[in-house]
Amino acid sequence: MAKDEFREFKLVGTRPDRPDGLDKVTGRARYGADISAPGMLWGAVVRSPHAHARIVSIDPSKALALDGVKAVVTRADFPEGLTGEDWNLQENTIAGERALYDGHAVAAVAATSKLLAEEAARLIAVEYEVLPHVIDVDDAIKPDAPVIRAGAADASVPEGMPPNVVRYMDFGRGDVEAGFAEADLVMERSYKTEATHQGYIEPHACLGQLGADGKGEMWVCTQGQWYIRKMCTAVLGLDASQLRVTPSEIGGGFGGKTTIFMEPLSLALSRKAGGKPVKIVMSRSEVLRATGPTASASMDVKIGLKKDGTITAARAEFRMQGGAFPGAPVDMALYCCFAPYNLTNVAHVGYDVLANRPKCAAYRAPGSPMGAFAVESLLDEMCRALKIDPLQMRLKNAVKEGDKSSYGPRFGSIGLIETLEATQAHPNLSIKLGPNQGRGIAAGYWFNHNGETSVSLAISEDGTAQVSVGTPDIGGSRASIALMTAETLGIGYEDVRVNVVETGALGVNEPTHGSRATFASGKAAVIAAGHAIKEMCRRAATEWGIEPEAVEWVNGAAQPAGPNAGKHPPMTIAEIAGKMGQTGGPISGHHESVPEGVGASFGCHVVDVEVDPETGRTTILRYLVVQDAGRAIHPAYVEGQYQGGAAQGIGWALNEAYIYDDKGRLANPVFLDYRIPVASDLPMIDTVIVEVPNPGHPYGVRGVGETGITPPLPAIANAIEDAVGVRMAHLPMSPATVLAALKARG
Amino acid sequence: MSKIHVTTVVNGDAVEFLADPRETLLDCLRDRLGLTGSKEGCGTGDCGACSVRLDGTLVCSCLVLGVEAEGKQIETIEGMADGATLHPLQRKFIEHAALQCGFCTPGILVAAKALLERNPDPTEEEVRFWLAGNLCRCTGYDKIIRAVLDAAAEMRQEAA
Ligand code: FES
Ligand code: FES
Repeated sequence: MAKDEFREFKLVGTRPDRPDGLDKVTGRARYGADISAPGMLWGAVVRSPHAHARIVSIDPSKALALDGVKAVVTRADFPEGLTGEDWNLQENTIAGERALYDGHAVAAVAATSKLLAEEAARLIAVEYEVLPHVIDVDDAIKPDAPVIRAGAADASVPEGMPPNVVRYMDFGRGDVEAGFAEADLVMERSYKTEATHQGYIEPHACLGQLGADGKGEMWVCTQGQWYIRKMCTAVLGLDASQLRVTPSEIGGGFGGKTTIFMEPLSLALSRKAGGKPVKIVMSRSEVLRATGPTASASMDVKIGLKKDGTITAARAEFRMQGGAFPGAPVDMALYCCFAPYNLTNVAHVGYDVLANRPKCAAYRAPGSPMGAFAVESLLDEMCRALKIDPLQMRLKNAVKEGDKSSYGPRFGSIGLIETLEATQAHPNLSIKLGPNQGRGIAAGYWFNHNGETSVSLAISEDGTAQVSVGTPDIGGSRASIALMTAETLGIGYEDVRVNVVETGALGVNEPTHGSRATFASGKAAVIAAGHAIKEMCRRAATEWGIEPEAVEWVNGAAQPAGPNAGKHPPMTIAEIAGKMGQTGGPISGHHESVPEGVGASFGCHVVDVEVDPETGRTTILRYLVVQDAGRAIHPAYVEGQYQGGAAQGIGWALNEAYIYDDKGRLANPVFLDYRIPVASDLPMIDTVIVEVPNPGHPYGVRGVGETGITPPLPAIANAIEDAVGVRMAHLPMSPATVLAALKARG
Repeated sequence: MSKIHVTTVVNGDAVEFLADPRETLLDCLRDRLGLTGSKEGCGTGDCGACSVRLDGTLVCSCLVLGVEAEGKQIETIEGMADGATLHPLQRKFIEHAALQCGFCTPGILVAAKALLERNPDPTEEEVRFWLAGNLCRCTGYDKIIRAVLDAAAEMRQEAA
């Protein structure tokens, strides 16, 4: 599809009710904790109260003495000899020699009731020898910091680096020093962001069952049932195919449900309890203490800018801790931070650093929000200094199709310029601001992802269609996939049922992550529908006694293609399906691939704030999200992604942070203290869906889920400076920190 | 711990169950009565996913003990639709795409219904403050607020 060609669709681009809507407004939809099984036990997890401690002994005797307690597991119940990420996952599932963070699991117990399991967990006696700990990334990177794990560094780390650096990267192009020399203004600043949590409202929950024969089943809330299968079986030393994993409805994930936490514990407990199913439901404090927050970051950025707005050179050096394991998304942060700009001279340096915190998990555009906070903040400050319009500066340097990205690969079709132009045209930008009010602008980027995808489509006897996908529906993907399938087959939206299926039903699928579900499962469903159409045309051709190539598919029916094919009335999908048993058997279509043609998505946000000079509190007056969707299949759910991403970014910018006490314990592991935005904190969130179709997708889809969390962090910082003249370089910009900055300025 | 026999009315039906005196009403609804529509997001009264009505009062069922339900009338999300007919709020939530993951939805619907019974014509700000105890991490609240305002308008029209 050519970039500017606009095709009229019957269904794509409409806003029908989502297929799972009724279940979800009536309380019928079944989430992770909503399933029970006959003979089920409840599991509870014993967690380290220390940030770093040697586990001297674990004595479960008092717990096991309770009536109704069926099993206790420790690391001794897991196989030895794992390496690489498998070992990391196992060590994070259950501590070995040392507890590495507050909340690290050290044992688990199964009992006949939830209350009994919790009581038993309290009775398991663990003796610890407390070790020195380190929390902050700038402390953790010091040469004399407590060592989290010797030998964890990979080959990228040069000799002589501090002991907690486990990955190092250094890349770029051009000559940044020469670039800085050309600039009219060169500025260098340092920024920090704190760890935040994905904050899905549904805590992790699973129901696992494993027999002595190594065969098991699991019901679990997850973004990816095959990841659960792969990771659980790796950690437990089982054959992947012997574990069947069924995804529940999922109460939010944002990346945090793409990995395992307590799932292998339920299986290990089940096996030890004679194969009885074991349900484990995390409490909120377990979620916050022990499941994937994002990384925290400390960042230095240097940029050279000409008076005409041209960026002459840019350099970023980022340090991130992602907990006690390698995997902070410092690479992604570096790839994304300069991505909106066409640069000849650019340099990136990154350090992935260990600290005594939970193993970080993906969180919506992992790394990109931190990088954007640093770069977009500095650019704004420089535009102010040179009196350049920040939107014009971004337009001047904006990347377009064919440009080499800041991190290397050339961009395919992208819509940054269209996005910036749509921003410029929006009425919010001409609203006059009052005293203590300010406007901030920032851009953001996410690559989007394809991933292993397997989809199966079957035509039913009545001519309706069912689609089996492997990507859990978190925000309306069933609706989008049904729209695209129905559009392709030429049948009604209601005539398609999209099922999210268990691991036994399809080939391997990556999770719903990387903004890929509508792109990848959608593309695969469209290709699968094409296979079914081809087969239906063949059946019609046989009946008509003509060549299959002489049959075309129009409006849900086979018809002769052109006058030479003979005169036959169209044969509808229902007619063909009704006699498929006599014409060759079931009609279906499959597609398996890592779909090519991912389209990256750029966004631009504009926020108006008011800062109360007496309290330092920032109020969001209005908020605008402009983002390229490629094509919005179901625009309401695209808007929903934009609004949800913006709200999470606003929380990250203003309020949310992991706060540790001096013992390295998480001080705010409840929603009262880890405060995410509530309804009264936010205004309506305006959206503009820019549509520069992605030529790599049959309907032009780009992923839309992640980019939206990226610009709010810098946009709000920029607005605060515009409002009250202070530059906030450390998130969150809570009332206390803004007030302190106002006082310091005097 | 020995259990206590509780007799109560849930969504109009007389029910009884045995509750451990330490068990929350939320756990009793979910685990004893199989009414899993009410959700636990926090267990500390901070998220509203467990919202139910207890003798008409909107409560976090995670902060109420199961034994306190004795002799009371309880309304949960499962009782919100009238048979096959959805409550206008339920319909408007679907129409406005006011749910993404849907996990906060039962609690928000129960809370919004309580609001509209007290105040059939709330302002946007009133809806925002009433729902400030119901966390939603997916939507940014925009479409939720619109759905509640639209349902209120429709209900006013029907009542007129
Ligand atoms: S579960 Fe009751 S308020 Fe969160
Ligand atoms: S829709 Fe997911 S928490 Fe509200």
